[in-house]
Amino acid sequence: MADIKIEDIIKSENLVFKKTKLFTDKPLSYCPGCGHGVAHRLILEVIEEMGIESETIGVAPVGCSVLAYEFMNIDMAQAPHGRAPAMATGIKRVYPEKYVFTYQGDGDLAAIGTSETIHACNRGDNMTIIFINNGIYGMTGGQMAPTTLEGMVSSTTPFGRDVELMGHPIKMTELVAQLPGTCYVARHAVHTPSAVRKAKKAIRKAFEKQKEKKGLSFVEIVSNCNSGWKMTPVDANKWMEEHMFPYYPLGEIKEI
Amino acid sequence: MGELRLMKGNEAIAEAFIREGVDAYYGYPITPQSEVMEYLTAERPEKRTGMVVLQAESELAAINMVYGAACTGKKVVTSSSSPGISLMQEGISYIAGSEVPCVLLNVVRGGPGLGDIQPAQSDYFQSVKGGGHGDYRQIVLAPSSVQDMYDHVSLAFELAFKYRILVLIQSDGLIGQMMEKVEIGEQKPRLTNEEIKAKYDTWALTGRTPGREHNIVTSLELDQAKQEQFNIHLQNKYKEIAENEVLYEEMEVEDADYILVAYGSSSRICRKAVNLAREKGLKVGLLRPITLWPFPEKRIAELAKRVKGMLSVEMSAGQMVEDVRLAVNGKIKVEHFGRYGGMIHTPEEVLEALETKIIGG
Ligand SMILES: Cc1ncc(C[n+]2csc(CCOP(=O)(O)OP(=O)(O)O)c2C)c(N)n1
Ligand code: SF4
Ligand SMILES: [Mg+2]
Repeated sequence: MADIKIEDIIKSENLVFKKTKLFTDKPLSYCPGCGHGVAHRLILEVIEEMGIESETIGVAPVGCSVLAYEFMNIDMAQAPHGRAPAMATGIKRVYPEKYVFTYQGDGDLAAIGTSETIHACNRGDNMTIIFINNGIYGMTGGQMAPTTLEGMVSSTTPFGRDVELMGHPIKMTELVAQLPGTCYVARHAVHTPSAVRKAKKAIRKAFEKQKEKKGLSFVEIVSNCNSGWKMTPVDANKWMEEHMFPYYPLGEIKEI
Repeated sequence: MGELRLMKGNEAIAEAFIREGVDAYYGYPITPQSEVMEYLTAERPEKRTGMVVLQAESELAAINMVYGAACTGKKVVTSSSSPGISLMQEGISYIAGSEVPCVLLNVVRGGPGLGDIQPAQSDYFQSVKGGGHGDYRQIVLAPSSVQDMYDHVSLAFELAFKYRILVLIQSDGLIGQMMEKVEIGEQKPRLTNEEIKAKYDTWALTGRTPGREHNIVTSLELDQAKQEQFNIHLQNKYKEIAENEVLYEEMEVEDADYILVAYGSSSRICRKAVNLAREKGLKVGLLRPITLWPFPEKRIAELAKRVKGMLSVEMSAGQMVEDVRLAVNGKIKVEHFGRYGGMIHTPEEVLEALETKIIGG
């Protein structure tokens, strides 16, 4: 198997899709239909297209994407829950010429790591944060996240999120856009081909901003968690469009 | 002889960080060690050596900045005092679990909780037994003078990189704040990125070198059998450290009937107590552990064969005394004495405790 190349089976003119070079051969650990895998791919495509795989250092979070370093064939560290931005700051300050990014879920970034997120953004560290907002704690079995929508059912809000009790879902992206330290802030999705194209463009821009040394670039990807939401992948994407996007509107939010 | 200066312990260690060629200091202010970052920022190390000094938003962030930079093979350090070190324990455990080298300074103050800002030695358990989760160890150095504060920096980095381990310099508010004469060493150059790659490319995150697989720094291993193997590897490393890196200093132990065991500030007081005892005709000696972990247990066990009793003298309610007792293993009497909560014992109090608890007891 190992020495059979894809080009041996498919004529190059018929080849429309192949594995990004920077993906390792490890099978992804994500549920079928989950947005994490697509988001990984976009980051890796951008790194490959920019030709910066030897210049990039990534930081993986705690969450479903804890093993991101297994799949991405670039030098990576694994951070304590929520601390990825602090680790990335530590790296970027001693390697200002490298490209440094974190990849974080909403529990990681918007709950336990809120302080690290806000302060990295506020310091304007020249690095990129990719924020996967699926409105839930996927990894631990679908508990409420700070981003869980009002009325949304999770394993710790079995009757729906009560905002009287738990407050309102937090919009981290709008929050960090307020800070002078961020130079590029956008929110996208990866559930349709056109959304994927826009998301990739945003990730590319975020990485390119590191060269300009204008501050921190921040891209939120509103994503599904079909397992945690207890839906089929198709239903989850539909639900995401109907409920998540009105509260977390997609688009370019800030650029300087 | 190098240049002599009169400096506070906290200033001497900050100067040592620069002269050691440290790449980054990440920290958060707390008494009684705020002079470390104040000295560093005033010295403009970014101009002197290119060293990065960054004030973090918390000790939680500081230790994770240290963790991040340590993953890249750079020389990195932080400093704090007891409450701040408590907040760092999560990161400390991750650093142990992913085997990256770095150096920490704890200028211990009275606890528990916010406690006070006076010198104490009540963080021994946390430092030596492990304040974070999991089966891990860290090397703990205990300076007893301003000169030690300076000198231990080189030693700490040498050990940290030799074993890819966290080395904690455990000082206290007395040594941090007092001024003494200190001999300053030469400026060491910082390693270049190319030198770091050449030295540490087998593990450090320096950007994937063409031709090699990606380097990963993680403390996660979901396969429990592999995690057990990793833990066995750690234990073997710790055993090697315990066999090779024990440091201690002795005073008048050759003919001693009784031994005081004390480190750091308390050992300075005990020197005076030894002199007072000798003036009274009592044959008393002092053993000062320089490494709190690994602990000089073999030496203590040896001494226990020929002395009549030991007094562990600590500015705590009695923590190191447990390790002295383990080493002595019931052969002779071992007691603890010390003032704590920020109070400091006098040489006279030490001698009186020796007479009542050990000699007369
Ligand atoms: C200090 C700490 N607290 C709690 C956990 C348990 N934990 C693991 S993942 C997770 C939530 C992750 O959710 P999110 O960041 O949204 O990522 P997702 O799995 O949804 O992608 C929690 C609470 C942990 N590993 N560490
Ligand atoms: S639990 Fe949710 S976030 Fe995690 S892999 Fe499955 S679908 Fe994705
Ligand atoms: Mg989530």
